Amino acid sequence: MLRIINSRVINNISKQIIRQMTVQPTRSLCSNVPKLQKEEVEVTFVRANGERITAKGKVGDSLLDVVVNNHIDFDGFGACEGTLTCSTCHLIFAKPDFDKLPDKPSDEELDMLDLAFDLTETSRLGCQICLSKDMNGLEVKVPATVNDARS
Amino acid sequence: MLSRKFLTKNLINSCLFSTNTVVKNALRACIVGSGPSGFYSSQYLLKHLPDCRIDLIEKLPVPFGLVRYGVAPDHPEVKNVINTFSKTAENPNFNFYGNISLGKDVSLNELRQLYDVVVLCYGSDVDSPLGIKGEDIKNVISAREFVGWYNGLPHLENFNPDLSGEEAILIGQGNVAIDVARILLTPIDILSKTDITEYALEALSRSKIKKVYLVGRRGPLQAAFTIAELREMLKLPNTDTYWRQTDFEGIPEKIDSLPRPRKRITELMVKSLNEAKQSSNNKKFLPVFFRSPTQFIGNDKVESVEFSINILENESAVATDKSESLQTQLVCRSIGYKSISVDASINFDDKLGRVINKEGRVLKKNSNEVDVGLYVAGWLGTGPSGVILTTMNNAFKISHTIIDDFRNGIIKCDTNKTGIDPRNYPCITWTDWLKIDKEETERGHKVNKPREKIVSIKEMLSIV
Repeated sequence: MLRIINSRVINNISKQIIRQMTVQPTRSLCSNVPKLQKEEVEVTFVRANGERITAKGKVGDSLLDVVVNNHIDFDGFGACEGTLTCSTCHLIFAKPDFDKLPDKPSDEELDMLDLAFDLTETSRLGCQICLSKDMNGLEVKVPATVNDARS
Repeated sequence: MLSRKFLTKNLINSCLFSTNTVVKNALRACIVGSGPSGFYSSQYLLKHLPDCRIDLIEKLPVPFGLVRYGVAPDHPEVKNVINTFSKTAENPNFNFYGNISLGKDVSLNELRQLYDVVVLCYGSDVDSPLGIKGEDIKNVISAREFVGWYNGLPHLENFNPDLSGEEAILIGQGNVAIDVARILLTPIDILSKTDITEYALEALSRSKIKKVYLVGRRGPLQAAFTIAELREMLKLPNTDTYWRQTDFEGIPEKIDSLPRPRKRITELMVKSLNEAKQSSNNKKFLPVFFRSPTQFIGNDKVESVEFSINILENESAVATDKSESLQTQLVCRSIGYKSISVDASINFDDKLGRVINKEGRVLKKNSNEVDVGLYVAGWLGTGPSGVILTTMNNAFKISHTIIDDFRNGIIKCDTNKTGIDPRNYPCITWTDWLKIDKEETERGHKVNKPREKIVSIKEMLSIV
């Protein structure tokens, strides 16, 4: 039977479809061009080896979108493409940030997190966290999977 | 006819390949098997050693192993990994050679002479028998056969299980057993929208099965299925789940002291145990704990199963002298897959069913010494357990070891090692696979399915 998919997953899927259908505008390198209408939010991903990767996403994007759209190369990240059937986009939040997240994890998200490596009390799946304006400057840890810890 | 066609095509291919600039010091690797471990190993090697050249050989004409033939048809999201695998396949330093079987078309020794590195990734595709009386009675089947049948694994299209009885007993409680239970209990109109094979859909639409037992030798705290799969069963339309109250004696008291994943799954079972059932007309899903089959009974076909009643001692199931008998018309054993040795020169542990290795480095026969340049990744090296994520991490880890060994000069590039010449084999390239893929997708769309798998190897070959 079809896994019960929550609305955010459907949202993600439809976003993916739209992304496939529309031609992506090429981003201008010129800094005095007015910003795109949607506000951008800056997020920093911290690898287990301490490496910091800062990237921008738009309000409403998921953290998985931010990784994909910015071509951030975490090995194996987002294997199921945001459909809540794996735990490869596992991210660890600082407690205050975790507590501020507007939506509590669904049962289905928790089910997947239960299979994640290095599960913590402040773990979430990146595909389920959508950016809001007040998340600007957010820092999340990318857990030490075998490869990250060693590379 | 066929071979001439292959020859021409492969001539063209090899002309194309020969125009590639040969990078000095480029590692040449052969990966055997195109399931998750094979593709994730390729992905990692190509990313971290961009000059390396990879030939991935596969015994079937089509790629993806258990992603295509194991993952249940009603879990299409799990198959999204295929998108990543296909990206890897488009790398100019990567070749897919389907329809080449290690141990039949090419020997391991030949591959060792043609490549700097060989990574065995051919997984586990044989089922473990129980070794008890009556296992050969009609309608005692294996999950491997049943899953292969509904997923279109070549040579199983005529397997045709007898679904005319009302009861089925599944032996084993892993996610494969759950998949079988779900396929047997899911309303047919849901299955008809998946890529399940047409013949399986037809047979399942006539199925009379109403009660499916899922029998495990240990208790609820040792249950092998994962919580997502259980939750899916509990939400299955027109099916009620019945647990045995006696299996849960003393369990609720233990919940609070369990680690989170075990705690959540146990809570879910206990919640379901106490829930009122919806309708007596519904189909029934019946998990049973603390039972091991001791014999299958039946004349023309299976009629019942004898079980020992077990108790737990140090987390292990120990049979008591008490027994229970359950009547059934179908038994499906699902106690795990097993790997086999496909080439006499592989250092293989028949008992454990895996290639003898130390952290992915294959050891020489009867020795503790590493067989330099030979590696094993995925289930063939670890044993068949875990989800795709587990295999992914294993494949990444072993690929990292390969890169370490290369950088430390343990494995070296030999310019005489030129890889297999595809002209010598009736092999299927990635471009050929894309043709089969297109044909399958088109056939599927005609009947509102994402894909209609081609099952016959002959037919696959005729398309290319």
